[in-house]
Amino acid sequence: MSAEVTPVRGGRSRRLGRFIEPLVLLTPGFAFYAVLVAAPVLLVSSYAFATRGRFGGVEWTWDLSNFERALEPIYLEVLRSSVVLAGIATLVALLLGYPTAYAITKLPPRWRTVALVLVVVPFWTNFLIRMYAWIVLLNTQGVLNDALVATGLVEDRVSMLYTPAAVVVGFVYAYLPLMILPLYASLEKIDSELLEASANLGASRIRTLWSVMVPLTLPGIITGSILVFVPSLGNFVVPELLGGGKTVMVGNLIRDQFLKAQDWPFGSVLAMVVVVALVVLFTAQAWVTRRVEGEPRHG
Amino acid sequence: MMTDALPTVLEAPPRAPLVEVIELSRAFGDVVALDRVSLTIAENEFFALLGPSGCGKTTLLRSIAGFEQPDHGRILLGGDDLLTRPPNRRPVNLMFQSYALFPHMTVAKNVAYGLERERLPKREVTERVQGVLEIVGLTALAKRRPNQLSGGQRQRVALARAIVKRPRLLLLDEPLSALDRKVRAEMQLELKRLQHEVGITFVVVTHDQEEAMSLADRIAVMANGRVQQVAPPVELYQRPANLFVADFVGTSNIVTGHVVDQMFVSKPLGPLPVAVPPGTAAGAAHLVVRPENVRIILPGDSSAGVVDGVVADAQFHGGVWTLAVDVGGFDRPFLVTVPGLAPASRGDRVRLGWDSAALVQDELV
Repeated sequence: MSAEVTPVRGGRSRRLGRFIEPLVLLTPGFAFYAVLVAAPVLLVSSYAFATRGRFGGVEWTWDLSNFERALEPIYLEVLRSSVVLAGIATLVALLLGYPTAYAITKLPPRWRTVALVLVVVPFWTNFLIRMYAWIVLLNTQGVLNDALVATGLVEDRVSMLYTPAAVVVGFVYAYLPLMILPLYASLEKIDSELLEASANLGASRIRTLWSVMVPLTLPGIITGSILVFVPSLGNFVVPELLGGGKTVMVGNLIRDQFLKAQDWPFGSVLAMVVVVALVVLFTAQAWVTRRVEGEPRHG
Repeated sequence: MMTDALPTVLEAPPRAPLVEVIELSRAFGDVVALDRVSLTIAENEFFALLGPSGCGKTTLLRSIAGFEQPDHGRILLGGDDLLTRPPNRRPVNLMFQSYALFPHMTVAKNVAYGLERERLPKREVTERVQGVLEIVGLTALAKRRPNQLSGGQRQRVALARAIVKRPRLLLLDEPLSALDRKVRAEMQLELKRLQHEVGITFVVVTHDQEEAMSLADRIAVMANGRVQQVAPPVELYQRPANLFVADFVGTSNIVTGHVVDQMFVSKPLGPLPVAVPPGTAAGAAHLVVRPENVRIILPGDSSAGVVDGVVADAQFHGGVWTLAVDVGGFDRPFLVTVPGLAPASRGDRVRLGWDSAALVQDELV
C-alpha cells in the first residue's frame, strides 16, 4: 500500500533531485580543488621520485635517494626544531586562546559579536606589515626595550629579536585568531547546566574545567591547534623576519630547495613529509570529533 | 496550622526542620523573583513548590543549590548557614530539568562522577554506582552514553546521579516535564517509592498541580515571588487561603460577593450557603465551590436548591459527567461533575445546591 502511495507525492523525481542538488552544489568546489590543489600536489609529489635537473626542474629517472637524504641528521634536526617551535606556538596560543574564548561566551550577546570582530581585526592588515611591526617592537632599540629600561625592570637592553622566542611570538600573534574562533564555537555549545551539574556534584572549578569543559571542547581544541600548528610549521616568512634567518624551519628548507638549490625532487620530498604529517593530524581530529559528539540520538 | 481541623488529613508525626528559608529576596532588575519568602521543610518530607512560570519557584531552588545569590535573607540546612558555602560544598543535589547528563561519559561514569569528587575508594564508588543503578533499573544500560537512551531512561540516570551522593536534600526541577504522559505517571509512582526507600528529603519544583498533588506531603503555592499558601494537598484543595490558590489549584466555581453579618451575600443571587468562620471581617469575599461538591436538584426533588440555571453543555469523561450550567448574572457557567448517568441534558432547567464550600477574602498575598 504505502509503496503505491509514495510516487503520488512525486517520489522518484524527488529522489533524483536529492541526488542532483548536492552534485550541482559540490561541483564548482570540487573542480576548483581538483584543478588548482590536487593536480599540483600530485605533480610536486611525483618529483620526489625523480632526479634533480641541472638547472632546476627534474629528470624523469626513478630515484629514491632523496628520501634517504631527508633522513640525514641535519634535516631531521630541522624537522624536529620546526615541530618544536610550531608546537610551542600552538600551546601558547591554546593557553591564551582558551580563556579568551571562554570570556567571550560569557559576554552579553551584543558584545560577543563585537569581541569576535575584534579578534579578526588583525587580518585586515597585511601579514608582512604586521611582522615588520613586531620588528619595531622587539628590536634592541625598540619600543619594548625602551619601556623595560625606562621602568627599571632591566638594566641593559635585552636582545629579543632574531631568537627562536621571537619566532614563536610571531606565530602566536599571527594565528591566535584561528585558535580563538573554533574554541569559541566549541565553548559556546556547552550547556551551562552541565557546568552547574558538575559543581552540584561536588566538583571544584578546576575539576569542572578538566572533566567537563576540556573533553567537550576537544574538537575545538584540536581544530584550533591544527589551524595554528599547520601554517606555523610550513611558515618561512616569520623565521626569516623575526628569527633573522638563524632559525631554519622546514618551510625555509623547502623554499630554498625549490628556489635556491634548484633541487626540486628533494624539496618535494620535504613537502610530502609535511603533507603526510598533516593528513595524520586531520584524521585524528575527525576521529576525536566523532567520538565526542557521539552517534546520532535515537528514541 | 489548620491541619488538625481537617479530619481527612492524616496526622503526620512532628518532624525536625531540615531546611529553613528565612525572608529570602531576589530581584533581577525590576523583576522581583523572590519577595521575602519564608518556608520550613521537614526532615524526610516530600515538599513541592508549585506555581505558574515566573512565580519564583526556580529561583528559590537555584538559591538553595547555590546557583543564585539572594539579595537578602538566609537559608539554613540543619541549622547551618547554606549561603556562605559555594555550590560544590553544599550537601544538596539537584536534578536538572534538562537532566544535564554529561554527554561524553557513560551512564556509570555519570553516576560515579559525584562520588569520585568525594575521593572515595574505587571499590566503594563501583559498589554504590551499581547499587543505585539497580534501584532505578538501569544496570543493563550502564555502558551506554546518554544520547543512546530514551527520555525516561535519561531521567532515571539523572535521578541516580543525584541520589548516589546520599545528599541531605534532593532538589528536583520539573523532574517529569520532559516525559510523555504515560511514562510520567510511571515515574511519579517510582519517585514516591524511591523517596520512601532512600529516606532523603525531596523538594520538587513544578508547574503541574497534579504532579505536586500526587507526589508531595506538603505544597507551597507561589505567585509573584511570594508564598501564597503552604499546606498538605487535601487542605490546599479544600481550604484555599486566597483567590489565587482557589483558582490555580483544581477547578473551581468562584462567586464574588460580600461578607455581611457573618453571611456571604452575592449581588445577583442573594445569601449563599457557606460556613463563615467566626470573627470573619465584613467586606469583599469569594465563595469557592468545587464542581464535585455541587448537587443537581431536578424538578420534583424536594431538597432546597440555591441557584437556578440552564444546562449549556454536558460532556462525558468516562465514568463522570461534567455539566456547564448557565446561571443568570454570571459570565462563567457553573461547572458540575456528576458520577454515573447524566442527570440532565442540554437545555434542561436545573437547580444547583452544595453542602461544602470555602470562603476566601484575599485575592493574593
